[in-house]
Order: sequence, then structure tokens, then C-alpha cells
Amino acid sequence: MALRTEPFVLNMGPVHPSTHGVFRMRATLDGEVVVDIEPVFGYLHRGIEKLAEQRTYTGTIPLTDRLDYISSMSNNFAYCLAVEKLAGIKVPERAEYIRVIMAELQRIASLLIAVGSFLNDCGAYFTPFLYMFRERERIVDLFEMVSGQRLTYNYMRVGGVSQDLPKEFMPALHKFMNLMPRFLDEYDRLLMQNEILIARAKGVGILTREQAINSSASGPVLRASGVKWDIRKADPYSVYDRFDFDIPAQESGDCYDRYRQRVEEMRQSLRIIQQAMEQLPPGPVRTEVPHLIRPPAGEAYARIECPKGELGFYLVSDNSIAPYRCHIRPPSLLNLTALRDMVRGWKVADLIIIFGSIDITVGEIDR
Amino acid sequence: MKFERYGIGIAKGLTVTIRHLLRHPTVNQYPEQRLNISRRFRGNELVWNQEKCTGCGTCAKTCPQGAIEIVTSTDMTENKYVVEKYEVDTGYCINCGLCVESCPYEALYFSHAFECARYRRGELVQGKEDMLETPERKVSGYFYPDKAAKLPKQTLLVEKITEKR
Amino acid sequence: MATAELDIYHLVKLQAVPPDWPGGFWWHWLFFTVVIIGFVLTMVMGVIYIERRGMGRMQSRLGPNRTGPFGLLQPVADAIKVLLKENIVPTAADKLVHWLAPVVAFAPALMLFAVIPFQNGALLADLNIGILYVVAISSVSTMGIFMAGWGSSNKYSLLGAMRNVAAVVSYEIPLVLAIVGVVLISGSLSLNQMVVAQDIPFILLQPLGFLLFFAAGCAEINRSPFDLMEADSEIVAGFHTEYSGMKFAMFYLVEYAEAVAISAVITTLFLGGWRGPLLPPWLWFVVKVLLVFFAMVWTRTTLPRIRIDQLMAFAWKFLFPMALLNLFITALQVLADWPAELAWAMIIVNIAVMAIIILIWSKFFFRLGGGRIEV
Repeated sequence: MALRTEPFVLNMGPVHPSTHGVFRMRATLDGEVVVDIEPVFGYLHRGIEKLAEQRTYTGTIPLTDRLDYISSMSNNFAYCLAVEKLAGIKVPERAEYIRVIMAELQRIASLLIAVGSFLNDCGAYFTPFLYMFRERERIVDLFEMVSGQRLTYNYMRVGGVSQDLPKEFMPALHKFMNLMPRFLDEYDRLLMQNEILIARAKGVGILTREQAINSSASGPVLRASGVKWDIRKADPYSVYDRFDFDIPAQESGDCYDRYRQRVEEMRQSLRIIQQAMEQLPPGPVRTEVPHLIRPPAGEAYARIECPKGELGFYLVSDNSIAPYRCHIRPPSLLNLTALRDMVRGWKVADLIIIFGSIDITVGEIDR
Repeated sequence: MKFERYGIGIAKGLTVTIRHLLRHPTVNQYPEQRLNISRRFRGNELVWNQEKCTGCGTCAKTCPQGAIEIVTSTDMTENKYVVEKYEVDTGYCINCGLCVESCPYEALYFSHAFECARYRRGELVQGKEDMLETPERKVSGYFYPDKAAKLPKQTLLVEKITEKR
Repeated sequence: MATAELDIYHLVKLQAVPPDWPGGFWWHWLFFTVVIIGFVLTMVMGVIYIERRGMGRMQSRLGPNRTGPFGLLQPVADAIKVLLKENIVPTAADKLVHWLAPVVAFAPALMLFAVIPFQNGALLADLNIGILYVVAISSVSTMGIFMAGWGSSNKYSLLGAMRNVAAVVSYEIPLVLAIVGVVLISGSLSLNQMVVAQDIPFILLQPLGFLLFFAAGCAEINRSPFDLMEADSEIVAGFHTEYSGMKFAMFYLVEYAEAVAISAVITTLFLGGWRGPLLPPWLWFVVKVLLVFFAMVWTRTTLPRIRIDQLMAFAWKFLFPMALLNLFITALQVLADWPAELAWAMIIVNIAVMAIIILIWSKFFFRLGGGRIEV
């Protein structure tokens, strides 16, 4: 008598047990093995691209904060680069360096959340998550000092940044730079060599080099699969060509490598911030642009290396005060297209881990 | 990196956790201990300087949400606009600060208070009288460094609690 | 015939009552029943408090500290909250099974304490098969958990319950083999005799046995890192998804009562039970139980969770062979009639043997195997 089994559909609904936002997955399971997966998203669609057409160029900057709400500075940065490219506005030196410092601090903060929630999904009952939030608190305090808010900073403007750094920023940043490497070492000691984590995450959810390149993955997901592609080196923007940093890459592209990749990138970001702090010149932080900018008709695409990958803004202008079309290239959505190949054949518990290691923010996927 | 299988990774992790037991927790007990918020705090309410305001409406035009409503009338004696109604719907405001930055006469500021919860949504609308500067509704230093210098320094986690190694 | 029966009855009664107990058999039984129920409930509350505060401090935050001074009344607040909740039973559920499951799960946790000595001779029933009773009774609560999973008519609860049954059955074997090592050294199955025989605590004489028992015990009671039966960050909330109100409180109580029970058994078997200088013996017992429980909280805070197939592989391919090796070596040592004066040398030998076995087995023989299945 042959045993007949039937695959059943499990709905991991929009209210997710993990901390990744409103994302729905319909997984077809055969016993405990995942056979197929169908992502359903759109639960957080707010129409940002359409709203951008109704607000001025400066008024869209608060909207871009809310795209990838964990790393607002990077979104502002990309948008301002796009508008400056479109309108041909030059940014003063001091503003460029301040933007780089903010972007790299934001990268550390966002990667901390990625690592902390990945370990939380693995089952370490909130301990690495809370340690991560404690370190992120230090960075967010610095951002609060500069811009006044803790999550949606709205700090960068077309032509520079909104205000200069206050006097107490640099001493606080020095203290932070002294504390952070020891925290990264402590984090390594906590879970990097843990046998249970290695058994859970090594070899799980492998994304090969060819698969990663074919599915337009970018960011830590791509570099963990062995491709050394970083927009800061390949297509430098702002003043990144003046800094000396490495691009880490791992070999196999499994969940453990993605976790290691993110920790290594945090270390490289610390190097960049150190150099930017030393090279910071005095001067103005904002070129004079009118409140209602009217760039000449044309189109521009600007991309940056945001903590999740390549974030791009494509702006089309028709010489009016608002963009004619604003399209956003979200890294989380494009990294997610490889999810199905990564997950098939693994169990439900691995599905959660693999999904957590890609590190998405639903605000970016749905816009 | 060599992976040892016999439990040394687990033991290392256990030492990290047990050391945290002896450290001061990074916790602030809210109603009894309050931290100083940023001097450039982009608060929930706005503060309006009635003398400097001329009713030009730049703030209302710059606001991306359209949360500011201004109604003016002309006053021939003073030769300037009289602002009859200046209303900000703080429920609709996203605290971006573009209005504060764009005022040409420096008549609009953010308030430095953050505990302004209301019971009803209708009470969130700030009228003209609710926007004047009072000792409870201090002015925050967002975009105005001279006002920021008068406020107390922000408590920072990097200074407040340093773990003893 | 009748006189022989009467004699046996007399003998049994005499064996169960300690020599200078006033009042006879039934007073002794009543006193210890009350003591055990009070002890379990108080310890569960204390243990919940320790876990929440201890875990909070290790995570660089405070635990609950608002209810009562230092948050001491937090378990009381939890109990009151849970009592006031509505009792929801799904319509498609099997009513009798659904109702009975918490009872069947909780009763063995209480019954375990009948044979654990609080002081020399101070236990409810000084059975001469003490540890066998412990092993037998502790398996019954798995029935309760399976009844909960089945009676909820929810396929995810059933999945969680089946995982639990598989895990418990697998980890029984290393558990029992670790116990047999202690039995060989102490020479009797009675728990009171085992404590009396521990001039040197058996954790030093049987370090590998202690680790095995700790790991297998944590797996039996669904405690991290083996807590995938009630995993918080996976989809299935486990076998107690469909429970609310007092029945949920019973399951919650079961989890912590079993943790206290396993801690008590570890204390009795390995740490020397109630023995210690200066303080009264029952206080030493409580202190040691709390220490063992703290070790469980410590591992829960640090370690991630393992997957179901890795759980089974760990039990069958790692713990079981090591338990057999441990038993073999202990048997050799007992057979070789190690003199009592050189017991210190035996400690060092045993610790060295443990380190070598773990190193060799994990480096060369233990492979978890891939998890990917071709679809």
C-alpha cells in the first residue's frame, strides 16, 4: 500500500511572526518541506511615486524618508543626487563629507537591524536583537542631535544638507567610534562561532554566483555570493573615490555568509567614517537654490549603495516645480526575486531564516 | 575561519551573556527619569511669532501635506496683512520642517515639547492662540542655532552609560 | 495466608513512615502533600520571576519592576490576568480531550516531587525504586501535550504536538543512560540513598553524565535551545495555540513546574541534594535548584533554536553514543573497584575522559547531514 501524501498551502500572512513588516507568503508544503512559494505584497502601498508628482522637488524629500524607513539618510541621499544631476547643481565640499558620514552611519544602523533580526529569527530569544538596538541607539542619538528626529530625518536637501553639524557632534562621534569596534568583537564572540547557528545557517539557502547576477541582486546579498560589486567603487558618486576601503565578499552565498558579510561591511563603514572625520573641511553646507526648483526638461537616474543594495531614483522633469515622473528602484524587491530558488527543498524553519537573511523592508517593496 | 564543533562557540557566547548580567542595564525609567531631547527637536506643535509674521503664506505653500491654513485680510492703517486665521492641523503634519525653513521673516518655529497627546482628533488642530510661545511651549532650535544654544544639552547614550570592560 | 498478607502490609507501612513521626501514616502523607503542592506553586512563581528578571538583565534591560517592590508580584499579576480571561474552545475540537489535556500534562509534574528528598528521609514516599518512578512518570505528561495538539483540531497544533512526541521519545534514551551511570556509582535506585552516598557530588565523578542529563532534560521540557514545539518566531504557536484562560495557565505552569522538577532531579542526582554545611538542608536544596534553573535561563538567553531534524540527529547520533560510552566507562570504573581514597584521581580521570570523548566524537564522527531535499 503506497502512502499518498498531498501538499498543502500554508499562508504566512501579512501579520508576520518575524519583524519584517506586512509581507505575505503562500508556501506550498509537502510535510515540512517547502515545494513552492508565492509572495504576495502590496499591503503597504502608499503611492509614493504618484504623490511625488504632486509635491515639489523639495517637498518630496520627506516622502523619500518613508520608503526604506530604517535607513532614511540613504534615501534622501539618492534622491538629492538625482535632482542635482537633473538640475546641474553643485554641492559644497563640506556638505559632501557630511553626507558621506551620515550615509555610512546609516549603513551601520541599518545593518545592525538586519543582523539582529536575522539572529532573532534563528531563535536566539531577543538577546542579539536587544544588543543591536542598544548600539543603534547611539547612532540614532547622533542623528537626533543633527536633524531633530530619530527615524525620518529629512536632513539632506537639494544642494547640500539642511543645517550644519552642531558643536557637540564631533566629540560624540569620536566616542562612538571608540566604542563600536569593541561591540562588533563582542557580537562576534556571542554568536559567530556558535555551533547551533552554524548548523542552522551554513549551507542553507545557497544563492550561487550565476543566480545572483541573473536575478539582479545587489548589496550584501550579491557580495555574499562571491561577486565583488559595490557602486561606491564601480561607479563612484559624491566623494567616495577619496577614501580607502575594501569590499568584503564571501564564497558560498548561504545564510551564514550573508550574516558575516553584513558584519564585515560594518567594519568597512567604520573605516570610511574615520577617514571622513579627519578630512572634513570647513565651509558652507548648502548652495543657494530656490524653494521651488525648476530643473530643465530631461531625465536623470542616480544610484547609491544603500545598506540593502542599489537604490536608484529615476526622475523625469518637464521644467515644472514637481517631477513629471519619479520611479524608484527598490533593492529589496529585486533581491526578493531570487527567494523561490533559494527556498525550495528546505524546511519551514529554514524558510524563515532565508527570508530573514535577505533583509527586506516592506516600505521599499510596496512604496 | 576554522569552525570547531565541540562546543567552544557555545561557551564563548555564554560568557558574553553572563558578563552582561553584571553591567548596568541601558534602561531609562520613563516617567521618573526623563532624558533631554535634542535641541533641534522637530516637535509636534508649531510656535508662531505674531509680530514678525506678515501673512505671506510661504509656509503654507511649502508644506507638502497642506496642513497649514491661513486666512488674511488687508488692513489699510498698518499697511500689512492681518492674519485672521492661522491653523495647523498637527494630525496631518509630518514634522518635516520645511515650513520653518522657508519662512522669510523667521516667524515660525517648532516647539520643544513632546508630550502633547490629546484625547480627540479634533483637538489636534492648533489655532492662532495655541501657537504662541509660552513657558510650557518653548521654542526648539531647529534651523535657528541661536535658539538652540539656549536649550539644555541632549543626553547621549555614548556619554551616559559606558560599559565597564 | 491472611496473616502473611497482614505482615506484608505492616512491613510496607513501616517502611514508608520515618521512625519518629508522630501521628502515623496518613498525617505524614497529608503534611507532605501540602508541602509539595505549596513548594511547587511557590517555586514556580519564584522561578518565573527569576527567569524574567535574569533574562532581562542579561539582555541589558530590566525585567518587570512595577508590580510590587522589585516586581515580585508579577507572577501574581499574570495569574490574575489569566484567570479573568474567557475560555474559548473551538467548535470542531474534541471537547473531552481538549479539557483533559492540561490536567494530564500537569499531574505528573506534581507527582514527580513525591520521591525527591528535601531532607534526610523527608520525602513523601521513600520508594526503593525512586528514579525508575521518576522516569516513568515524566513520560506521561507527553500524553497530555499530544492530547492538546489533537484535541485542538488545528493542523499546526497537531504538527507541533507530533514534533514534541518525537523529540521526547528520542531524548528519553540518553536521559535514562545518564541516570544509569549515577545508579552504578551510588548503588541504589532510591533517591534518598543517592544523596546519602554523595560524599563527593556526582557532578565531579560523572561530568559527561551531567552534561548529557542537562541537554536531554532541556529537550524533554521543551526549553531553549530545543523549544521548537512552542517556537515564537515560527508560524506554529505550538500545541497550546487554541488554549486560553485557565487552561493556558495550566500549560504555562506545566512548563515551569517541569523545569523545576528536572532541576530538582539534577540537584538530587548530581549536585548532592540537601547536603551542605551551615544552612538547614531544605534551604540548600532550594538554593541548588535555583542555581540549576539559572543555568537553564542562561542557555535560553544565549542559544538559537535548532531545527527538528537536527534535534533528532543530535539525540541519536551524538548524545546516545556518548551515553553508551559513558555507561561503559563508568561500569569499568565500578568493576575495577576504585578505592575511595583515590576518588580525587577518579575525578580528574573522568573529566579528561569527558573532554576526549566530546572532542573525538564531534570532530570525527558527528555529521549533521544536509537538510535540502530535491523537489
